[in-house]
Amino acid sequence: MSKLILTVDDSASMRMLLKTSLTAQGFTIEGANDGVHGLERIQEVNPDLLITDINMPKMDGFGLIEEVRKLPQFRGLPILVLSTEFSDEKKARAREAGATGWITKPFDATKLGAAIRRVCP
Amino acid sequence: MNDELDEIQAIFFEECAEGLATAEEGLSAMAAGDHSSETIAGVFRAVHSIKGGSGAFGHAALLAFSHRFENVLDEVRGGKIPPTAEVTKTMLAAFDILSDHVAAAQGQGALPADEEMLAELDRILETKGTGGAAAEPAAAAPAAAPAADEMGFVPVTVELEEFADPFGFEPVGVSLDDLDSPPPASGDWQIRFRPSRAAMANGAEPMFVIRELEELGGRVTGVDSAALPDLRDLDPEESYLVWTLSLPGSVEESAISDCFDFVAPDSEIEILREAPIEPEPSKTEVPEPTAEAAPAASGAPPAPAPRVAAAPRAEGGEAKTHEAAQTIRVDLSKLDMLLNLVGELVIRGSILSDRLSPRDQERVELPELARLTREIQDNVMSLRAQPIRQAFSRVPRMLRDLSAETGKQVQLETIGEMTEVDKGVIEKIGDPLTHMIRNAVDHGIESPADRIAAGKSPEGTIRLSAEQKGARIFVRVADDGRGIDRERVRAKAVEKGIISADAVLSNEEIDQLICAPGFSTAETISNISGRGVGMDVVRSNVEALGGRVEIQSVPGEGTTFTMALPLTLAILDGMIVRFAEQRFVLPLANVVEAVRPEPGQVQPMTPTSEVIELRGSYLPVKRLSDMFGLAANDPRTPEESLVIIVDSEAGNIGLMVDSIDDRREVVIKSLDENLHPIRGIGGATILGDGSIALILDIDALLAGASHSNAKYSPKGIAA
Repeated sequence: MSKLILTVDDSASMRMLLKTSLTAQGFTIEGANDGVHGLERIQEVNPDLLITDINMPKMDGFGLIEEVRKLPQFRGLPILVLSTEFSDEKKARAREAGATGWITKPFDATKLGAAIRRVCP
Repeated sequence: MNDELDEIQAIFFEECAEGLATAEEGLSAMAAGDHSSETIAGVFRAVHSIKGGSGAFGHAALLAFSHRFENVLDEVRGGKIPPTAEVTKTMLAAFDILSDHVAAAQGQGALPADEEMLAELDRILETKGTGGAAAEPAAAAPAAAPAADEMGFVPVTVELEEFADPFGFEPVGVSLDDLDSPPPASGDWQIRFRPSRAAMANGAEPMFVIRELEELGGRVTGVDSAALPDLRDLDPEESYLVWTLSLPGSVEESAISDCFDFVAPDSEIEILREAPIEPEPSKTEVPEPTAEAAPAASGAPPAPAPRVAAAPRAEGGEAKTHEAAQTIRVDLSKLDMLLNLVGELVIRGSILSDRLSPRDQERVELPELARLTREIQDNVMSLRAQPIRQAFSRVPRMLRDLSAETGKQVQLETIGEMTEVDKGVIEKIGDPLTHMIRNAVDHGIESPADRIAAGKSPEGTIRLSAEQKGARIFVRVADDGRGIDRERVRAKAVEKGIISADAVLSNEEIDQLICAPGFSTAETISNISGRGVGMDVVRSNVEALGGRVEIQSVPGEGTTFTMALPLTLAILDGMIVRFAEQRFVLPLANVVEAVRPEPGQVQPMTPTSEVIELRGSYLPVKRLSDMFGLAANDPRTPEESLVIIVDSEAGNIGLMVDSIDDRREVVIKSLDENLHPIRGIGGATILGDGSIALILDIDALLAGASHSNAKYSPKGIAA
């Protein structure tokens, strides 16, 4: 069964880009446009993987990850951060919040797919 | 795929436009002293998003610039660089360059020269905005953003950071055979993997690493369970095992290290190649999967970074600027189609109400249907509506440029920028608005010295406002400058032959002369206004939209230009007129007045032309039936006709029609492209009785129509 991925990004073009490239690799994609929306959607769609941006309105990626980790059913959910940021400080924060991994934008679709399969085979 | 990408990229550019508007708004607010964290965060995020997408779509120059700009914004956001006036000014200038970069990425204009600005941004970063000299601008420049390939869609490699922690909670399927397997062949990879204790936190799964290595042809050669505690002490969420695996030597080392992407930082990983002959393996530590991984995650746990509040953060400004909430993007043509269909529905409704008796109308509940239809129409129209802010967004920059060029100081006040207007209208008022602003700075606002002499503050104010009243949007550009110099305007108009020297004009009429074709009072052709296009272009553009331009001016106190625009381009306020036994729609925006001529009031000038005498002046009169080559069965005399005075680009002209039937809003239907275009027909509509009426395009109709004797006459009053 195709893995369901929830992508949270406030940029519609980024969500579409992810959807296009990951759908082509056999994943099923759902989207949300900010942290608050993401937190809502994740409970609706119960994904196999969460990919989230960091800088978003309403609730940023760090906040989203922390909130998701508070939900018992998502304690073990793989969560990848997909962000243009790449400072060590931000990565440390993401990790502390409970992220599984960090991928820096822009991304290469094939490698992104490989990375996804690494946490969500 | 490419179409799809183009489409996504088009959306990205829309987002850029929104981001630029947000950033500009925020920066302007900062310049005005608003240093709230929401404002600064809003600017940061706008630039950040532009950067993110620019990388994805391979716009390297945009990516590099936005990255460096973002660095400064990030420091401002973090409180490390104070948003001083100087820093804000630099950021505004950087914003301008960013706008140019976005334009260039869209193929609109060349790449801006940004070296100086980049150096300046770096200097601010270096000196933390204290204004000190940068150590070495060149050296200070951090490596530009993660570089993107020139144009490729997905150029850059993925940097996988791994702070994950695996732990093979799931018992690995290792058989004893595996454990007893023969020693690895020479040249094979020998791997030792000890996941960190907390490897299974954060959703990571060390088992997946083992499985992936197995997929690469690896075999587990040993599991060291020495660290495994007694069952009662065992924490199922921790990892205690150490794995050894062997992989064929033919597997690329990078393929192996990639497998550890998400488990590397805290885990112990050794990847060694068995020496082909020598028994002593030459040990090499595995390079970290990515260069950045090491400092990021290995070693001591990260310093307690300021934790991000988990609850929805009260980024108040967002709600206003970013209300992305729940939106979908819809192709405009679909909305147009919907609007068109609703228009049909409205028309069918009015046909029904024409045909049914009031009693029957009640019986079939037609009024209710009409109300619903009207509501649907309003709703669909509102779908095409967008905040006029989009049209206003380029004004601040223009004003900065104009200030720099003219040495005049101008501050901008904006009111009602969230007023919603049809997207088509927004797109078309950009040019008129630009010209009105330029005109206000060039001709309205005085130089600081003149202002001080006049007892005003040296800084002029331009107030840009929008408000909706009924079915119209009023967009005003008001300056507090010198006002219109009526003496000069009048003299100029006489000199240009626009009015006769003895014409008697009211103040309002003189003001309107500014919009007369060919009028320009600029004594020296400035770089800004007066390039041969003047306020007459504003007027004709606005009228083409079915709007009007009004001017109010008080000498010494300022001038206000008002554009009265229709809310939508799909509905026209029309006057239904009849000639040659047909009905036509005359846009009400063009109509000045209607006159029932007295005998002798309409006189022939030449065998083929006529004029009407109106309060002492003469206006050309055209018979619409003649203009369209429609002969009426019972040609009427002027006294049996009506002369509608219309306001066109060519000046005021009288149009002779048989009668006025009605005044109503009509739904504009475009004429099929297969139909031969007829000059002067702008579209068609369906009237309440189901018949079709053509809509007249007055400017097109009268363009080129000879009216050599026509003096431009404001409001058709004098000449």
